[in-house]
Amino acid sequence: MLKAILSQIISLYRICLHLFAKADTVQYPEEMPYLAPRYRGRIVLTRDPDGNERCVACNLCAVACPVDCIALQKTEDEHGRWYPEFFRINFSRCIMCGMCEEACPTYSIQLTPDFEMCEYDRQNMVYEKEHLLISGQGKYPGYSFYNVAGKAIKDKDKGEALNEAQPIDIKSLLP
Amino acid sequence: MIQLGLFYMAATITVVASLLAVTRYNASHALIYLIVSLLGSAIIFYVLGAPFAAVLEVLIYAGAIMVLFVFVIMMLNLGAAGVDNEHQWLQPRMWIIPSLLCLLLLAEILFLLNTSSHALSGTVVGPKVVGIELFGPYVLAVEIASMLLLAGLVGAYHLGRRYLLDMRGESL
Amino acid sequence: MEELTIFLVIYGTLLGAFGAAAVLVWFERRLLGFWQDRLGPNRVGPFGIGLALADVIKLLAKEDWVPPFSDRLVFIFAPTAVVITMLLGFAVVPYTEHLFIADLNIGLLFFLGMTSLAVYSVLLGGLGSHNKYALLGGLRSAAQMVSYEVFMGLSLMGVVMISGSFSLVDIVKTQAENGWFVISQFFGFIVFLMAGIAESHRLPFDLPEAEHELVAGFHTEYSGMKFGLFMLGEYLSLILISSMITTIFFGGWLGPSFLPDLVLDFVPPIIWFFAKTGTCICFFILLRAAIPRPRYDQLMSFGWKLLLPLTLVNLLITGAVLLWL
Ligand code: SF4
Ligand code: SF4
Repeated sequence: MLKAILSQIISLYRICLHLFAKADTVQYPEEMPYLAPRYRGRIVLTRDPDGNERCVACNLCAVACPVDCIALQKTEDEHGRWYPEFFRINFSRCIMCGMCEEACPTYSIQLTPDFEMCEYDRQNMVYEKEHLLISGQGKYPGYSFYNVAGKAIKDKDKGEALNEAQPIDIKSLLP
Repeated sequence: MIQLGLFYMAATITVVASLLAVTRYNASHALIYLIVSLLGSAIIFYVLGAPFAAVLEVLIYAGAIMVLFVFVIMMLNLGAAGVDNEHQWLQPRMWIIPSLLCLLLLAEILFLLNTSSHALSGTVVGPKVVGIELFGPYVLAVEIASMLLLAGLVGAYHLGRRYLLDMRGESL
Repeated sequence: MEELTIFLVIYGTLLGAFGAAAVLVWFERRLLGFWQDRLGPNRVGPFGIGLALADVIKLLAKEDWVPPFSDRLVFIFAPTAVVITMLLGFAVVPYTEHLFIADLNIGLLFFLGMTSLAVYSVLLGGLGSHNKYALLGGLRSAAQMVSYEVFMGLSLMGVVMISGSFSLVDIVKTQAENGWFVISQFFGFIVFLMAGIAESHRLPFDLPEAEHELVAGFHTEYSGMKFGLFMLGEYLSLILISSMITTIFFGGWLGPSFLPDLVLDFVPPIIWFFAKTGTCICFFILLRAAIPRPRYDQLMSFGWKLLLPLTLVNLLITGAVLLWL
């Protein structure tokens, strides 16, 4: 009992000393706090080094999203490659959890350190692809999904082109 | 003169509040009127020159005992069903005997007031006097009251202990 | 002349108490901010002091909603009780030897009576809201305040024994001779402090409104100025308890006797009173910043198992010393 009371008194004293400590918070709109690049804020869709959309419309992000706020529709270009016809994120539901970023195999969907997304009209919180897609590569410069995964083109399957290794047989245990 | 006016005002409030307290169907409203009537009687005490009794009335009756009454009302959480019940119980013929008794008392008081002559006396009974009286001539009454309270305390502890033991699954 | 002074003191107290309560709204948040390494409200006016006014305007302009399921009479009556009783409590506070509204010979008991009546506002607020959180808050407060009233009253009896009077002016005068009661009645002071926090249900003992488990407790259903009255009542009781602690245990208007006579003569007594009361208020705010809220059963057992024996022993020792020494 005595020890408990003593600890209360000590905490009173310690807190009292904080009167002279510097504030940890800042005067926000005038003075911006530093946000690390990996801060989870507004979501962007990025492009690969060649300037093409990274997103392959695999829907993994939409599945991973715990609040189901991503909606997209797959379509194919002339090479049979997939890309999203529309890509919609409802930011009024998004909880900035970053699951979509982790699920994405192509580093396409990325969270950025921007959190100032206030709107008077709720409908404006729904971002379409033209709002989401940026022209840069985001946090992973130089990464191109197809250069890592390989791709099948006319007459040549995956791994058969010049300077390409055979794809790993994921069903086998052999090295 | 002012004292007389204060007295009659407080007395009127007390009587009206008491009447309302008896006749309300909603238990919580009745309680509020009862509190008001207690506060009124406290003022009467004060005007009559017994400030200590007045404050005790506020402190103990209005401040503690009535709080417990309200506490019980809250625990029961009567609501509309309670009001209906009261409607059933408080039928007009229920009032006959209590009113008769009250009238008798009133007559008695009127008689007393007519015969005795000391109206508002100017003597003030301070806390010190009350204390000396309580522990002088009336010490027996104080002791009896304290014994009673002790018995109540022990009884309450016994009941509470039963409950605690039951909760822990032990027997007495 | 005499009547004019009383008149002025009454209005001064009224305005001062309301003003201080409004300023405290800002001051408490600012101070809490400092103690929690934040900036606190600093936007409205210099140092953010305009927040006091802004808050009042906001409360007055808000919709004042009486829920249709509530018990109208009880619901509307409840918030007024705490403000009225607390303001009445100020009537017996002696600011200086000659500056007070009333020097009742039962001043201390009057103060206790007023604080005990303040319970009704919480109770009836909980009862009239017809809301289960409000009801739980009201129930808690009933048990908490009735029990802590006991310790509050008992803790002061040692002081009453020594000074032989319930009058607060006499109590302070006794302290001029005997030294401040905080030394001779230390345990009484501790218990009174705890009970004072519990009576004004401020953190850490704000179980009736514990927002973590009870939404807002007894004032869950209140909005607008009715809620404002509850808040006003809380700050008024904070000020009242602080000035009572000052008066009873810290020598009221007396300056600390270890200071040289020059200082004591120079500083007017009322400054001492307000300085001590202000320090006391700051201490209450520090308690809010530093101590976590206990569980409800812990609060009750703390009261009955620690504070009650402490006061009784204190009473016994004080009585023995007075009788035989
Ligand atoms: S951050 Fe989380 S909530 Fe937001 S879109 Fe991605 S997965 Fe969904
Ligand atoms: S997981 Fe990545 S590649 Fe797949 S649909 Fe989402 S953003 Fe596009």
